[in-house]
Order: sequence, then structure tokens, then C-alpha cells
Amino acid sequence: MELLSGNEACAIGAIRAGVRFFAGYPITPSTEIAEYMAHELPKIGGIFIQMEDEIASICAMNGATAAGIKAMTATSGPGFSLMQEGIGYSCMTEVPCIIVNVMRGGPATGLPTRPAQGDIMQARWGTHGDHPIVALVPWSVAECFHLTVQAINISERLRLPVIILLDEIVGHMREVVSFPEKVDIYQPPKPTQGPDEFLLYGDDTNYDGPVVGFGEGYRIHLSGLTHRKDGFPTNDPKTIAWKMERLKNKIEHNKDWLWNFFYTDLGAETIIVCYGSTARSAFDAKKIYEKKSGKSIGIVRLCMIWPFPYERLTTLLRGAKKIIVPEMNQGQLSNEIERTVSPDVPVITVNRVDGEMLTPEEILNVLG
Amino acid sequence: MSSDNLPEIFEYIRLDGRFPHILCPGCGIGTVMNAMVRAFTELKLNKNRLCVVSGIGCSSRVPGYLDCDTYHTLHGRALPSATGVKLARPELEVVVIGGDGDILAIGGNHFIHTARRNINLSLIIINNFNYGMTGGQFSPTTPVQAIATTAPYGNLERGFNISEIAKSAGAVLVTRSTTYHAVHLKNMIKKAIQKKGFTVVEAISQCPTLYGRMNRLGSAVKMLEWLRDNTVSVAAPETKENENKLKIGVLWETESEEYTEVYQNLIKKAKGEKV
Repeated sequence: MELLSGNEACAIGAIRAGVRFFAGYPITPSTEIAEYMAHELPKIGGIFIQMEDEIASICAMNGATAAGIKAMTATSGPGFSLMQEGIGYSCMTEVPCIIVNVMRGGPATGLPTRPAQGDIMQARWGTHGDHPIVALVPWSVAECFHLTVQAINISERLRLPVIILLDEIVGHMREVVSFPEKVDIYQPPKPTQGPDEFLLYGDDTNYDGPVVGFGEGYRIHLSGLTHRKDGFPTNDPKTIAWKMERLKNKIEHNKDWLWNFFYTDLGAETIIVCYGSTARSAFDAKKIYEKKSGKSIGIVRLCMIWPFPYERLTTLLRGAKKIIVPEMNQGQLSNEIERTVSPDVPVITVNRVDGEMLTPEEILNVLG
Repeated sequence: MSSDNLPEIFEYIRLDGRFPHILCPGCGIGTVMNAMVRAFTELKLNKNRLCVVSGIGCSSRVPGYLDCDTYHTLHGRALPSATGVKLARPELEVVVIGGDGDILAIGGNHFIHTARRNINLSLIIINNFNYGMTGGQFSPTTPVQAIATTAPYGNLERGFNISEIAKSAGAVLVTRSTTYHAVHLKNMIKKAIQKKGFTVVEAISQCPTLYGRMNRLGSAVKMLEWLRDNTVSVAAPETKENENKLKIGVLWETESEEYTEVYQNLIKKAKGEKV
């Protein structure tokens, strides 16, 4: 049992899941992750490097993963903005990429030490072009650990960027936790073919086929240009369409096992859909309201917001008369939730963007 | 395709349908690639342990023709990407190639900091004084008053002195050559690869299609002749005739601890072992 912060739990989870390379740039409120890595990685023969900026950080991380070792970076809003080009590069080259974004108030420098959940849509669409993305949102210190492990395994398996979105509250709060020494680690298979036959983008079924990195004798070519199965650039419309479908289908073909959410009391008339630290307020509000009124409140807590579980939520929220979505932004994920339910069901948003935590009282106010 | 009957340098060229290349007739980038591949051949580099990294631009298309691990990264980001590769696998020979816009403008900060770290990478900057891929805009090395598509009235900005920046930022070897001096260029690249630490080769090159045409410098041959007549070896006497000529050869060399080696010592220290 240890008293740890969410940021530390992310770092510990990453190391347990096999991360041996960290490149980053100091930024509040994520810096503790870099500091932990700087202290711990060398002890196990790993590499920590502080780069000149966040662009360099994500590129160094992408370079390390391309060379076959598990790597990670961590940042916050302004740094996350700078990292967008590297996220797109990971999507296109299909090389794993793990980013912890501890969300603070924005835009611009915004509120460096204050919590927010303002990067929900940026996590989905921050880099240009159609692309696949996975984003996880832990709500506790223990979940920071477990979702980081999961993030790394998903990224290794589907070869796409996975973003771990903490808000400042989750990143900095401390809880007593204990973590398993050993966790399940996904190791991608190695090809059975030789370098002349092997195609880096040859697996068109589950997108979790064999992979190789630099220095393994396969003399691979990685490029951010839209490419063929062998990695070389193309302008052929059919091949471009194949690549774009491939990127889309990585999520489409795998979302059933990817989706990760928790729910309770869905028979209730009112259901709160929430994530991150606001989910903690939602559970408090539920408890207080149920005690006071004797009526039950349902909750869906999302642990993964991208891919968004549209089809599942439509089913789960079918009986609801009213849906409440508390968020520390001006209403980002609530739009997606509106898309999943019948137009007659009101989706009531509870938003807070003043740098303060969204409280149970604010949710109670709309519960009536 | 079998390379049995081909010259040794073809060992490092992808012969499976990558050609014809995308470069313009008369472009100097092919000459630089040729010098690079000859340097690899003479050094007998193991192509399964060689990674050539680039950013975006004409020069950055070179890795696509080479038969080794090749890493065509983002515009300006070849150096941080190569830093990740080298740190992850220090046993690989990592060579970076890029143009003046890619390395010095959008990648300028990375250039300075990679030199400061003194990580064992060999950087070849193909300096053709403009952005070729996007159609001839001015770059950080375009001379003052030269014409570019974004400087139609003459370029106002002074050019970077690549070698002085590299030297003051911490590179351990800084050399310059040109596409006219192809054998000399090969020797400079060889020297850079052999030297431990961050090494820079500035390869001055002709861009007859854009920079040359806009500035009425004549054909590729004329531009090469200009390079011949306006450069002089660093070893040449300081005569009045040589005064205004560009120096080619080893411009700076020093010794300093290399980053991946220093990092191995840090690992020992963190583990409580004796360094």
C-alpha cells in the first residue's frame, strides 16, 4: 500500500507495462511524470531525455518506438497542441505512441495549475486529416495505473496513438493504492517471412499482424506520406483509399473490445454520463440525492471516450427520461451523448470552466 | 533483384522499383546521395545496422532510395526523431539528411539542441539556398537580394552561417563541400560518420530549376562551375584571390563526450554501480 498521486500512478503503470523510454518537456500539471521517469528509468536501464520542446519530445518518442522499444511522453494543453503533428505521424506510420495529457484550463497558457476537461475534442481531432485515435480517462489514482497499462497494450496491438487524459485533479490527487507487480503485456508477433516478402502494412484483417522495428534486418521504410503496403509513397487513388479505410477500420473492427465504461442503476429515470474527476462528484451527488429522495439515479462512467461508444450508449440509455452530463468544459462530450439518444430525451449539461472543481452540489441542482 | 553483377555501391540502393527518382534534371541532390552511398561502401557499413533519417523536402526524399532502415519523418523533425532512434538503439549507425529549409528554419531549434547534446549522429545538410519542393521560396540560407518566389523584390534577410552555428552549439566536427567536389564530399561524409559525436556536413548544391533560374545563374553545369570557381580549400594560402571564396574542408573539429556513452554512465550511477 502506497500513498501516490495520479501522475505517479501513470508513470508506474507505464514502467510495469514495459515502457523503457520517456522523452518530455516540463509543463504544469504533468511534470511529476517526467520527474518520476528521470529518477526511475535509468535504474532499470531505461532512457529519460528532456527535449527542447514538446514537438521534439513526441518525435523522439516516435523514433524510439520505431526502433522497437516502448516509449511514452507526458504533457498538458499547450504542449499537447504542439504534439499534434507527431500524433498524426504515429497514425500514418502505424507506430505506437503514448501521450499522457494532464488537462489544465485553456485556451493558450490559460490556467496552468487549475483543472479542466477542455481537451476532449482536441484529443479526438487535434491532428489534421481523418485518423484513428484512442483516449482513456481515469477517475482515480488506481485507474491511472490500470488505464496506462491498457493504453500501452492497445497502442502496441493496434499501432495507433493512445492518449491518457487526466484532469489536473486526477493527476495531483493522492490515494492509497497497491499495484500488481506483474501486469499482462502485449507483445506484437514477429514476421515469419524474410525481408523480401514481408509487408509492413500487409495485415488487413485485425490490424494486429507482425511488426518489425529498425535494426532488425528488414530495412523498413517509414514515411508520413500516404503509402502502399510496403511503406513507400503513392498517389494512386485506390491505394490511398485502401490506406484510409485501413486506418478507420482499426477502430471500426476493434471497438467492441476497446470500449471501456462502467454503469450502475440504469433502470433509473435520470442517468448521469460522466468521466474523470467530475465522475467523483457525480457519484457523490447520486448518493446524496438517493438518500434524500429515495429515488435512484443511474450513472454511466466512461473510462474510454474515444472511440465513443455510440451504439452501446444508445442501448444503455434507452429507458432514460433525462440525461445529465457534467463536464469541466463548455460542453464537449455532451454533444456526442446527444447524438446517441432520442431527440425527446433532454440532455442537460452542467459545465464549469472557472478553474474550480465541478461540485456534487452543482449536479444536485439539476437533479432537482 | 540480385545485385551480384552490379558495382558494390548498389548494395545500399533499393533496386525494387523505386526508380526513376523524383529529382529534377541537373539537381545536385543525386550527387550528394551518390557521395553518401560511396562513403557507406568504403566504410563497409552493415546495411542492416544503418538507419538514414530525413524530414520533408527534396533532400529528404533520399532515404526512400536507400536499402537500409529509412525514416522519412515530419518537416523539420529529422533530428529529434533520429535522437529517439539513436538513444533507443545506440548500436545503429544513424545518418540524417535534410535541406537548408528543413534543418535550419523549421528544424533550427532542433539543430542547435542536437549539437548541444553531442549525440552520435552524422548530419548532411544539402544547402541549395531555397525551398525546392514547394517551388522556390527563400530559406535561411538564401543570400541577401537573391530572388525567390516569396522574395520577388529580393531577399531582405541575412543568411545563417551554418558552420558557425554548429560549432558554437557544440558539434564536434563541421565540414563543408559542394556537389562539384563529389569525391571531396564523399570524404567529408566518411569523416563525419567515423567521428563519434554530432557531426555536420554542409553540402552546397545547385538547384537549377528554381534558385538558378530565378537568379539567372545558368544551367546546372554553369552553377557547378560557379561552385568550382568560388570555393577554396581551407588549406589554401590566404591570398587576395581566395579572400572572398567559400572555404571547403574541415572547418572545425574538437573532442567532447558523446551523449549515448555519457548516458550509459548515468545508468550505472543510477544502479549504484561504479562509473
